[in-house]
Amino acid sequence: MRTKSFLQCSLLMSAAAVLAFSLPAKAQVSTVQLQAWLNLPTSTSHIGNITGNAKAGAVPYRRFCVGCHGPLGDGNGENAVWLDPKPRDFQLGIFKCRSTPTGTLPTDQDLFDAISRGLDRSNMPIWNTLTKDERADLVAWIKHFSPRWQNEKAGTPIQIPAEPEVTPERIKAGQEVFGRVQCWKCHGVEGMANGPSASTLTDDLGRAILPYNFSDGSRPKCGTSDRDIYKIFMTGLDGTPMPSFSDNIKPDEAWDLVFYLRTLQPHNAYNAKEKQIAKQLGLKPVAAQ
Amino acid sequence: MISSRRSLAGCLFLLFLVLGCLPDAHALPAFARKYGLRCSACHESWPMLNYFGQKFKDNGYQLMNDRDAPIWQNPSYWPVTFRITPIWHRVSTGRVGVDTYAGGAVSGSTEQRIESSGFDLSGLDFHTGGTLEKNISFYLLPSSDPTGAFHFEQVFGRLDNIWGSSWLNVKLGRFELDNLLSEKRILTLTGNGGIYQTYHFIPVGDGNIFGQIGDNQFGLEYMGHSADDRTRVSASLLSSNDGNVNLSLGSNSYSGFFTASQAFDAGKLGVERFGFYDMGGQAATYYRTSGGVPIPGSGIGNKGFNRVGFVGQFYFGPHFDLQVVTQHGSDNIWFGQGFGNAIATDGNGGATCATPTGCPPNNTPGTVLPATARAPSWNGATFEAHYVYSPQLIFIGRYELERVSQQPNTTNASNLGNISTFTIGYRYNPFMTSRAGFAWHNEYNWLHQDGTGPQPGENLNSSELLIGFDFDF
Repeated sequence: MRTKSFLQCSLLMSAAAVLAFSLPAKAQVSTVQLQAWLNLPTSTSHIGNITGNAKAGAVPYRRFCVGCHGPLGDGNGENAVWLDPKPRDFQLGIFKCRSTPTGTLPTDQDLFDAISRGLDRSNMPIWNTLTKDERADLVAWIKHFSPRWQNEKAGTPIQIPAEPEVTPERIKAGQEVFGRVQCWKCHGVEGMANGPSASTLTDDLGRAILPYNFSDGSRPKCGTSDRDIYKIFMTGLDGTPMPSFSDNIKPDEAWDLVFYLRTLQPHNAYNAKEKQIAKQLGLKPVAAQ
Repeated sequence: MISSRRSLAGCLFLLFLVLGCLPDAHALPAFARKYGLRCSACHESWPMLNYFGQKFKDNGYQLMNDRDAPIWQNPSYWPVTFRITPIWHRVSTGRVGVDTYAGGAVSGSTEQRIESSGFDLSGLDFHTGGTLEKNISFYLLPSSDPTGAFHFEQVFGRLDNIWGSSWLNVKLGRFELDNLLSEKRILTLTGNGGIYQTYHFIPVGDGNIFGQIGDNQFGLEYMGHSADDRTRVSASLLSSNDGNVNLSLGSNSYSGFFTASQAFDAGKLGVERFGFYDMGGQAATYYRTSGGVPIPGSGIGNKGFNRVGFVGQFYFGPHFDLQVVTQHGSDNIWFGQGFGNAIATDGNGGATCATPTGCPPNNTPGTVLPATARAPSWNGATFEAHYVYSPQLIFIGRYELERVSQQPNTTNASNLGNISTFTIGYRYNPFMTSRAGFAWHNEYNWLHQDGTGPQPGENLNSSELLIGFDFDF
């Protein structure tokens, strides 16, 4: 009986010790600065009718995100050294996938969509198995890493006109835009990421970066729908060499470009009509000039 | 004596001090290092999967990005993980029949509780799995018992996302049935607590070993799921040989396993999942004999069996969840009389009985059922709760009950063989990286079974306390 009591006591003692040693890890994020920030209105996110809470977001962040993005959100998690491209540095407050003009902060919905969608051609998985509340909480938590969120408001999403019907004329016009704004310099005349500047590109931190290859069947990082493609070149991918073309391309022309870009992709669920028209037109690649 | 116990308790506490101060380790678990994710991304607590991990598994161990194909990995990458668990455990079994002696000779017998304790070892698992190419995955798990004797616990190839559809995946080989509450990812390690009783239960005297949904089985599995894995469905065609190789058992009998579940986003509570499963089929009860000894692979005289139940995974916020599995089992009347496993294989297809008298019952021609025989049936349930303090610390509590609703013989006590068991424990991972897993594991199991003591009507109680290092790399 004494042995049994002793064993039970040992079990309890060791459990208590484990609990005690687990506390400091959680306390790492409970700084005075963080507590103050958690009381600010910016410590929430709003996704439709869901309100995300930063404090709640710390739990899934630690479970799912910290290995790459790091406990400080600086993109220096334990795995970062092995990853290419590198994880996002949340402290900079610069995000590729936005619905807002270049240089502005993304909306909560933009961050939510990036988490839900994942980023192809990177190690960022699709996190759509998390509940919407968890993802909203994560958005709120991510925002605390950069002081930008305390000093700036998110940008206003760009206006996207209704998508017109795809026509041969629009695809030809889109090809003209593709040549005029020199998309081919990076993406190549056939969209194969082999333009003359492709090998020289670096991101804002000086790290080598490749342009998107339309022909390899991979998903564009910031979404696969026509509206997503539209947003990519009208807002730019901040932090990368991909600029915003909102000053160079009119909204109607932007749709033309979307339709032309679809013809560069392998056949997929989105581009059957564009591919058919391109075939009928006998479309040739733009001339590099 | 007391001071030595205090010293031992002090040593245990010091051990925790050391564990608590351990730096992050860097070893190589197969999937985590491929994708650069921590264990906690896929595991509620390793090895139990969370929803993200379940989806990863359902996608054929792929994140469904362009990094899934092995060509993306450094050529030195080898998807292997080793797992082994050195332990100390204390096992206590009540009412063991023990000889008594008088004058150096056996004079009778008595009942005693046998207690044994000491340092021990689990078997060694070599987990290797992943993708052979995008959307072609595999798993190979050579596994040893504590003596080092190996067998192949799991071996399968899988075609994933056929024609680009997550609803079309096909697996062939020896694999774990699609149990949401996975026995192969169980968080507990004791002899009785390291399995789900509900997955293996049969009444006393029943010979049907083929309906054990916790055992890996040979077969072909179709599996489909929605893009977010909220809806899952799978159907398997299995050989009714309980995963034994060389078709030693049965050879002409098949069974099926079907399961489907639907999960719902319950807001702050988490993801709630409801589902059901059904395993039904036939298995041989008669093996042709040579010299009176059953011939492996010669089974005929198929009889039916069925296991059906409900599965639920309920989350109550980020820290607490409850998982439930129920089962209604029923066996053909012949199984109830002990027919079914006439070969008593050694697990590798070889028969372990060499003489007619040493073999289990065989339903040879002319065998007549006793008048008291009935088709056995039973109900069971497993309730397993987890409190996840953090990804590094999980507390586990489980209660299982198995109740026979119809005994195989009318002469049996109505509660004969009923089981009640509970298991409590916790696992503490002093570090959490994508390189290795290490858990300080503490667990206690208690099991009660009605009427199976040496004397009629006597109940059996047994318990086990286990402490160990459960690690993989």
